[in-house]
Amino acid sequence: MNKTVKYVLYDIFRSRILIAYACLLFLISFSLMSFEENPSKGLMSLLNITLIVVPLISIIFGTIHFYNSNEFIELLLSQPFSRSSIFFSQYMSVSASLSCAFIIGMGIPIIIFSPGTIGTTLIITGLLLTMVFVSLAFLSSVFVRDKAMGIGFALLLWFLFSLIYDGLILMLIVSLSDYPIEKLTLILASFNPIDLGRIFVMLQMDVSAMMGYTGAVYKDFFGSSTGMIYTFLIMFLWILWPLLLANHRFNQKDL
Amino acid sequence: MKRTITFILYLLFIDILSATTFHIGTRYPIKSIKEAVRLSSGNDSIIIHKGTYRENNIVITHPIIVIGIGAPIIDGENKYELFIISSKNVFIKGLHFKNSGCSALNDYASIKIINSSNVSVIENQIDNAYFAIHVSNSNFCTIKNNIINGLRKQEQTTGNGIHLWKCSNFLIEGNAITNHRDGIYFEFVTDSRIQKNSSENNIRYGLHFMFSHNDEYYNNLFQNNGAGVAVMYSKNVMMKYNTFKYNWGASSYGLLLKDISDSYISSNIFSKNTVGIYMEGSNRININKSSFQENGWAIKVQSNCDENKFHDNNFYGNTFDVSTNGYSSPNKFYNNYWDKYEGYDMNKDGIGDVPYHPVSLYSRIIENTPGTLFLLKSFVILLLDTTEKSLPTLIPENLKDTRPLIKPLVI
Repeated sequence: MNKTVKYVLYDIFRSRILIAYACLLFLISFSLMSFEENPSKGLMSLLNITLIVVPLISIIFGTIHFYNSNEFIELLLSQPFSRSSIFFSQYMSVSASLSCAFIIGMGIPIIIFSPGTIGTTLIITGLLLTMVFVSLAFLSSVFVRDKAMGIGFALLLWFLFSLIYDGLILMLIVSLSDYPIEKLTLILASFNPIDLGRIFVMLQMDVSAMMGYTGAVYKDFFGSSTGMIYTFLIMFLWILWPLLLANHRFNQKDL
Repeated sequence: MKRTITFILYLLFIDILSATTFHIGTRYPIKSIKEAVRLSSGNDSIIIHKGTYRENNIVITHPIIVIGIGAPIIDGENKYELFIISSKNVFIKGLHFKNSGCSALNDYASIKIINSSNVSVIENQIDNAYFAIHVSNSNFCTIKNNIINGLRKQEQTTGNGIHLWKCSNFLIEGNAITNHRDGIYFEFVTDSRIQKNSSENNIRYGLHFMFSHNDEYYNNLFQNNGAGVAVMYSKNVMMKYNTFKYNWGASSYGLLLKDISDSYISSNIFSKNTVGIYMEGSNRININKSSFQENGWAIKVQSNCDENKFHDNNFYGNTFDVSTNGYSSPNKFYNNYWDKYEGYDMNKDGIGDVPYHPVSLYSRIIENTPGTLFLLKSFVILLLDTTEKSLPTLIPENLKDTRPLIKPLVI
């Protein structure tokens, strides 16, 4: 398995897309952090990038990579490896390389300009989101045989989590505003990794606004250590379930 | 300064009138303050030497000077009141009051001043009081440089730090008040000046006043109070160089203005409050040269506010700059610096060429349905706000800064 990971990583780094991604993140973060006089405002812009761009790149890159390595996977399958080990080594190398690019691209500027709790939380959230979305990318590419459709499905997933889901929640909250739905939204946040990550970082950042009644509910829950553990747990579930489901399908698939 | 001169004049008069000085302490014949007060007559002095005096209900009804040397402790043992003053020309300095009584029926205070004038309470320390200094129906008094620390209990079982009722011409300066219900509480107090005080960690308000006209508040610090600062039903209030900080909570405000009119609020700092300024039924207030930093809402203006002017302020890092519940806004905003302003300045005169709309669509949504805080900073909100900004339909059209500044003001 280690050897497979090594070869896949070698392959990924040779493609240069990843390097371009790291450079892009680095340029954006570096310029945002150095242009903004107020570091918390810079971090706010970086949060937007972490919540929108990072999942997008992760899911697209993951899907394309999986389709492109189809032949390589077939070659490996002719060797005495279990399917699971090939699948997981693919996942590990893709998510590791994207995480690496994220740390170089965004982690370093954050550590230089604004080290501290907010920065650390932002980096952790970015890493978790990378892993979640690579996992979702693998899910879509294992289930959909056609490349174009697979990428389309992956994009749809990204669109769902970054926009549609929030739009639906906005509608739900507005139409149910007469009821105490704060607790319900806590549960709803768990069904969207991007929302979960956003609230997780938000609680470190926008403390004043979060201190209204609704904010107090979130703060009580997500701000406590139980909430922190809960957030991590749910994030790991979001990494695991698509991955295990995809692995299950991959094991039975007629390649 | 004026007080010091008066004090010196007092001392001169003491000599001239050959007033007596009583010494109280373990090494002096008089051991009790009550005894000394009973023996003294008008314009005498009482010097209290270091020690602990377990006395309460010391009633002063004639002009007198009471000075503590080495911070003598007056311990009320949680019963009744300590000093009750009802006279003109009383001077109290350098005492350490402790443990006055607590009662649900009476407003027990460490120092109670009733129907008096020209009373000075200077450089005392007051601990564990129900009310620390309670003044009613008095005028021309000075309360200066006292350190007041209450017992942080429930709102119902603790009183105010400095409580004034129906007073006028007061000077309240340099006091540090912590852990009371309201730090400074005024009702029907006029023509007074409140300066250089700090009021922190109080259960309810740092400063609370009602029906108190023509007062001036300078250089005070209000922070970490349960509900910030609330001022109501007053006119001609002048607030300058004050700092309102860290007032966090669902109903907590840096400064709550309710039915305040014709007032001037200038050069203040509002930092890290849930709401910087909350205005309701307030008219003709001029808010300028203030800095609003990292508040949840910098300003919340209810639609029953009229003809207020907001100009030459700096707004940085607030989640929402301005929020309102109405569709029209008769208040004026001009010459402010907004960090969220995205306009341009073609002729380089430092003033943006397109007006700034400080009310975002999301702030309106959140005003109506607070539950949508869930979506703070999400992509969908970003899209909604951008759309509304380019084609405004829901936000009040005339609530805008017509001359937004490109660079922050140096305040």
